[in-house]
Amino acid sequence: MSDIANTHVVLNAEGHQVSARLTRRAALKRGIFGALALYLGRAGVVPRHVWAFDPTLPATKPAKAKAVIQIWMWGGPPHLDTFDPKPEAGSDYCGPFTSPIETNVSGIRINELLTELAKIADKYSLIRSMTHGVNAHETASYLVQTGRMPGDRIVYPAVGAVVAYFKGQPPEYDGLIPPYIVLTEPQGRFSEAGFLGPRFKPFATGGDPARTPFTVEGIVSPGVTVARQKSRRELLQNLDLLRQAMGDDPQIQEVKQAEEQAYDLILGTSGKAFDPSEEPQAVREKYGMTTFGQSCLVARRLVERGVRYITINYKGWDTHKENFVVMRRKLPEFDRGLASLIQDLADRGLLDSTIVWCCGEFGRTPKIAWEAPWNGGRHHYGPAFSALVAGGGFKGGHVVGTTDKNGSEVKERPVHPTDLIASMYELLGIDPGTTIRHPQGYMVRLIPEPGNGVTSGGLLTEIM
Amino acid sequence: MRSSSLIGLLAVVLTVTTVLAGVSAQPIEPFDSDQEFSVRNRIDELMVAKWKEQGITPAFICSDAVFLRRVYLDLIGTLPTEDEAKKFLEDSDPQKREKLIDELLNRPEYADYWTMRWGDVLRIKAEFPINLWPNAVQAYNRWLYSSLARNKPYDQFVRELLTSSGSNFRVGPVNFYRATQDRSPKGIAQAVALTFMGVRADQWPEEKLKGMAAFFSQISFKSTMEWKEEIVSWDPYHANTATQPPPPQEAVFPDGVKIQLPADRDPRQVFADWLISPKNPWFAKNVVNRIWYWLFGRGIIHEPDDIRDDNPAVAPEVLSYLESELVRSGWDLKHIYRLICNSGTYQLSCIARSRNPKAGMYFAYYPTRRLDAEVLIDAICQITGTSEEYWSMVPEPYTIISQGERAVRLGDASITSAFLELFGRPPRDVGLISERANRMTASQRLHLLNSSHILTKIEQGPGLEWARNSYTNPRQTVTRLYLTILSRYPTEKEWEILKQTTAKSSRLSREMVIDLIWALMNSTEFLYRH
Repeated sequence: MSDIANTHVVLNAEGHQVSARLTRRAALKRGIFGALALYLGRAGVVPRHVWAFDPTLPATKPAKAKAVIQIWMWGGPPHLDTFDPKPEAGSDYCGPFTSPIETNVSGIRINELLTELAKIADKYSLIRSMTHGVNAHETASYLVQTGRMPGDRIVYPAVGAVVAYFKGQPPEYDGLIPPYIVLTEPQGRFSEAGFLGPRFKPFATGGDPARTPFTVEGIVSPGVTVARQKSRRELLQNLDLLRQAMGDDPQIQEVKQAEEQAYDLILGTSGKAFDPSEEPQAVREKYGMTTFGQSCLVARRLVERGVRYITINYKGWDTHKENFVVMRRKLPEFDRGLASLIQDLADRGLLDSTIVWCCGEFGRTPKIAWEAPWNGGRHHYGPAFSALVAGGGFKGGHVVGTTDKNGSEVKERPVHPTDLIASMYELLGIDPGTTIRHPQGYMVRLIPEPGNGVTSGGLLTEIM
Repeated sequence: MRSSSLIGLLAVVLTVTTVLAGVSAQPIEPFDSDQEFSVRNRIDELMVAKWKEQGITPAFICSDAVFLRRVYLDLIGTLPTEDEAKKFLEDSDPQKREKLIDELLNRPEYADYWTMRWGDVLRIKAEFPINLWPNAVQAYNRWLYSSLARNKPYDQFVRELLTSSGSNFRVGPVNFYRATQDRSPKGIAQAVALTFMGVRADQWPEEKLKGMAAFFSQISFKSTMEWKEEIVSWDPYHANTATQPPPPQEAVFPDGVKIQLPADRDPRQVFADWLISPKNPWFAKNVVNRIWYWLFGRGIIHEPDDIRDDNPAVAPEVLSYLESELVRSGWDLKHIYRLICNSGTYQLSCIARSRNPKAGMYFAYYPTRRLDAEVLIDAICQITGTSEEYWSMVPEPYTIISQGERAVRLGDASITSAFLELFGRPPRDVGLISERANRMTASQRLHLLNSSHILTKIEQGPGLEWARNSYTNPRQTVTRLYLTILSRYPTEKEWEILKQTTAKSSRLSREMVIDLIWALMNSTEFLYRH
């Protein structure tokens, strides 16, 4: 039989011919796996676990940071009641929180309920001059996590998707666990992957790590034994007539590959990374037996397994009503989880290579709404808010920027979302000035160039 | 002379190769019928010519069971029920395929499903970054649904979208102009070109885009006292003439023809007159090519929203034929669906019989694709008798959709669920078809194989309680499960396999039934259109 129709020339990334004849199977795969074929031509190995793959991936530089943990305070935490206390501004601004505590770094004071964080201020820095001026959740969430204002027809990816793009695909990553994890629910404000597409979306665990077992959707399924998993898999393979009939169709190959990867996680031991009950009870309690505390613990476990980006979507900060009641409940839990995470990462030698960043989409109004129905509430506030950064090359024990006497305006060193994001990229070895390919073919800058309506305070060099 | 004989020789070699390369001489159960492809209508005549030219052998005609499932999924985005499947499979009427197509085109789910498809193209979304707002989304969807249910002629459909005026809460189609991130005349021109011409105007030269944008430079968006209400209308004078330059007097159609904009006529009307015409080179072509794409997963011009001179149609004759049929039928979209679905080409099996790598591109077999996120979860819910909760976290107060609503009917990309997000439902941010992602990922596979979400439906869903409790008649239980889940009877081969496992004993256990349901719902046959 002639092979005329089945002969193709495949060029590798440098343009050299690497293969002149492919099997029919390979030829059919070319459509969807064309990119993969190109990659294989380049590296010559078949990576077993490809969570996502894009052959146009630009190179990264040597990096200090390998992984990122993002604590997303969903709804916008009050900067005055967390990292930027203003006891001198009077009770209409600081409410009942009149006595912030000194930390172990002289001159840095934080909210009095953050007692654990106060003991380790040398390990993190505070940015008190975050600003963007947007008071709407969706736009601000998008802006703080993509560094872009919406509206120019391109929908940009969030930091997590960008890190998954640069650090979560071969040759850098071939881990069993998806490289970008969300604990536990997606944020739901916008599509995290933006134009990078669903391959770079996070894997949302579902479930609740504070409950046993922590049922990570798809990975941990209580009640199905390993033996039954295996017999089911066999039954499926025997009964799947369509798969048998069209075995070399690229679509079918894709299902098979996805399925093998899925079973490696279901049947293998790597799913244990999600299981906080493998930790000593004392460790678990140190983080706090709350959803947030245990999420922090799971995040640490995932970083140990090489996962690149973990977002903890930490809800409950949208305190229009009774802000102080909520803070009294929430701050101790927050304090315990975050402080344990930072300390634990440091103790295990992981803090130097793991960025922890923590903020919401904005701050909250400095002036308290005492009247009903708010009863001591605070509303959305984009002109000034705070962020905490630690590890991965960020220095500890510093404060960047200041706000005015009642926390209403940034006084010194405004830091825009792009500045924080660009600084993280820099530490991760991702050149903030690099461009990536939009599916429509054109190249898009990761971080916008200043000017043309984009304001920037520059990289956070003082803490890098 | 010499070169032409060489070409002739090459052609002979290629033909011989093709014959030799023909795979699968025998039909494969249960997907192929034993019928070879034969010409049924004009589409087939034109496709056969293409296949001959390319040396491609088309697949067999698909089996009744495959046709049934395919046409349900393609026309109404819904699985046939057990009874519907049984009725069709046992029907001996030779016209039954044709009759089923007509029946489906008249079902209410037809309008539901195509409201979803058009909603993707029209970017119907309450919030971020397309900020239509929920009331406007409802008005827009109501208009869209009733237009499709009534099979409004396509020329009128587009004219209403392009030329309506009024409140976004009351006049649904005015939201066309609001459903874009960039409401400048250029942004609108790009949306119009993409939607109705299948053209990406962002790649046009600046002057060309400017010329088209002039038609949309006199639209005003005025707020009212009502929160988020906006009146969209023609306003040649612009309320703020003091601060804004007057709109341009001259406009240029995308074909290069210049025109002075008349002072007494809405320029949107002038543009619509040009666009909505049998002679317009883009208008009919765009919509028939989109329909072809929707039914085959690949456009005759592909991608269907990237029509340009250097992206040629693989079968231009088929496109021209469908265009002329659309015009001749009075812009009847259902007529186009009917022509395509009744063709032998559409009814080919998904199992290729040609090794020619171009066979797929030339539609010589039906292309398999993973079910769309919404269709998949609806199918799972239908079989298991369960429902889902859908919500929108934006805008506050949150929208929660009552249990029982089908995902196909959500009508608003801001209303979602973790499943829909995981399975690549389009965000409707820009309206490109590539926004919908149907490639199977490992995370999706994990979810289907082993998530508590899906396992609970299988183990506890009330729709399958009868099966989990019927132990005594394995043959009947298995048959009914096949009809319910795969819309067909089990084959002999499957009975053999089942005899080794599930059906080997005279009684079934609950566990066996659950494992069988699980396996059928995880099969490629279930998860993919085929």
